[in-house]
Amino acid sequence: MDLLDILLSASFWAAAVRIASPLIFATMGELICERAGVLNLGIEGIMVIGAFCGWMTVYLGFGLWFGVAAALAAGMVFGLLHGVLTVPFGLSQHVVGLGVTLLATSVTYFAYRLSLPEVTIPPRIEPFQPYAIPVLSDIPLLGAALFAQTPLTYLAFATVLVVSVVLYRTPLGLALRAAGENPASVAAQGLSVTAIRMGAVIVGSGLMAVGGAFLTMSAFSSFFFEMINGRGWICIALVVFGAWKPGKALLGALLFAAFDALQIRLQQTPLGALVPYQIFLMVPYVLSILALVLMSRRAEIPAALMVPFNKGER
Amino acid sequence: MRLEPIANPTALRLFGLPAAALALTVLIASLLALMAGANPFDTLGLIVKGAAGSKFALLETLNRATPLIFTGLAVAVAFRARLWNIGAEAQLYAGAVVTVLLGTGALTLPSPVLIPVIALAAMLAGALVLLGPVLLKTRAGVDEVVTTLLFNFIMLLFISYLLEGPMKDPMGMGWPKSASLEKAARLPRLVEGLRLHWGFGLALIAAAVVWVIQGRTTLGFEIRAVGLNIDAARFAGIPVNRVLVKTALLSGGLAALAGFSEVAGLKGNLTLDLSPGYGYTGIIVAMLALLNPLGVVVSAIFVAGVFVGADSMSRAAGVPTYIADILLATALLTMVLAIRLTRVRIRWG
Repeated sequence: MDLLDILLSASFWAAAVRIASPLIFATMGELICERAGVLNLGIEGIMVIGAFCGWMTVYLGFGLWFGVAAALAAGMVFGLLHGVLTVPFGLSQHVVGLGVTLLATSVTYFAYRLSLPEVTIPPRIEPFQPYAIPVLSDIPLLGAALFAQTPLTYLAFATVLVVSVVLYRTPLGLALRAAGENPASVAAQGLSVTAIRMGAVIVGSGLMAVGGAFLTMSAFSSFFFEMINGRGWICIALVVFGAWKPGKALLGALLFAAFDALQIRLQQTPLGALVPYQIFLMVPYVLSILALVLMSRRAEIPAALMVPFNKGER
Repeated sequence: MRLEPIANPTALRLFGLPAAALALTVLIASLLALMAGANPFDTLGLIVKGAAGSKFALLETLNRATPLIFTGLAVAVAFRARLWNIGAEAQLYAGAVVTVLLGTGALTLPSPVLIPVIALAAMLAGALVLLGPVLLKTRAGVDEVVTTLLFNFIMLLFISYLLEGPMKDPMGMGWPKSASLEKAARLPRLVEGLRLHWGFGLALIAAAVVWVIQGRTTLGFEIRAVGLNIDAARFAGIPVNRVLVKTALLSGGLAALAGFSEVAGLKGNLTLDLSPGYGYTGIIVAMLALLNPLGVVVSAIFVAGVFVGADSMSRAAGVPTYIADILLATALLTMVLAIRLTRVRIRWG
């Protein structure tokens, strides 16, 4: 199988979209936070707890959408914690974010051990099944890639649409973007910067958790330690790569996922026998760093990102 | 609500708030123990006993504290300049690789020469690993948080490649581990007969050196100036980028010493589980010490004690060891909040 065969196979593009889906949720979540002026380094841990909560809820006998809701709620709880500490109290977003990641991850592992004390192989759940959209899924290549996915993938794309519309076409979106660019102007309008930023962090964290839940509920059907494996950090790079714009970030996530799907397939080719598999596994991380290097110069970074706002202070 | 600075915080505020943070952490740990069906008092007692209840336990805690002092110092030095080095894990492994490369027969020198040579080479390797992200920051404006984080994953894959390929121990029965260090490259015991190696002594010396650098040298002053206000520092004529690079070299070198000391002092070879996240835990150590190098020693021993104590408690009481990680993450978050509240007052409305 050579490169062209891979690139022309429907299964490759379907895999790319599948790999992109959790990243799309989490990247949108991070993007909302950062557009409001808050860097959320809790993303990695929030994805871990989202993955666990979604899976555990289904394992306990609830429906799949209950699992998604549980993940969303768990993410929002940790978003609330991150928001309270960084927004009204203005604590270092780096330190709080890393602290939230550590807390969410360790709470997850603790809960896992508590609920399944003696288990060596985590139980599997019945995951979301692909749903082929009639007619559209029959389009060659594109059909299999975009229109024969699981409902969570469709939800991921819908999320991008909703985030774009809200950010650029509603007063709320305007206020949110202003909170990240010039918070004093928001306060001058009589709006609460604190409330906007808190809301953004809570909703954004919820989306991150749903991204994590995708992995257990739509991809692997089971929960493993280390399963997030840096995906959260990659999403932070994707936000920069997408210049803090939802559409561009979506393209970045798809491009990134295509490379990831490609490296998995290249491992099966004669090339894979020559090159150690670890080199292939490095590809996503190296790509993320490259993306940052390429985009950082002309990035339109929100002017008030990481700048706490304290009313009445100049 | 609004925050108002306090000019002269009362003693009650200064000491009461951190104490309250600690109390809250203990309370949460107790609730977790209850959830796990154990008696909270027994659980906490067992953690303390497991960490410091016997000579063996205490030495185990100090051994565990050794790499944490190094990574804690690495983070403290970097964070002081607001250089967000989250990559101590990668730098640790860089130091460990160099230690194995030079200590398994590549150099034949007498022990008193060999060990310092290896330590310096390890520091250089760690410094170089951090130099990449820092040059990307100063030259191309790339945020170092994400790059240093991503380097951790790349480094672990690289180590995995080395241990399954060129550095694999031919006598390792197929396990991905490196050959063992020669005797001359091993760090001796600090006190004959006690299970504590010279890595701990080296960590104390490193803390003292960093303390002197931070408090008594121009570099220390410049690091603080850059950390307090980078624009003001630049305006005052401080060569900001050069200071950042120097900070990175120091920070990366310190983190690499953690890898050196673990390999040369404790394990004797390199495996993929050399560090159970010492690089990340270093962040907690440094923050709990308020970035003070001497405080890092105390907080590293405390953090190591929590881990060692939780391990032995878990065997006895059946509460998952992850309670230690929750405890430390909670301590970190409550403590940064408490410290903030010693300096500001909340005004409602």
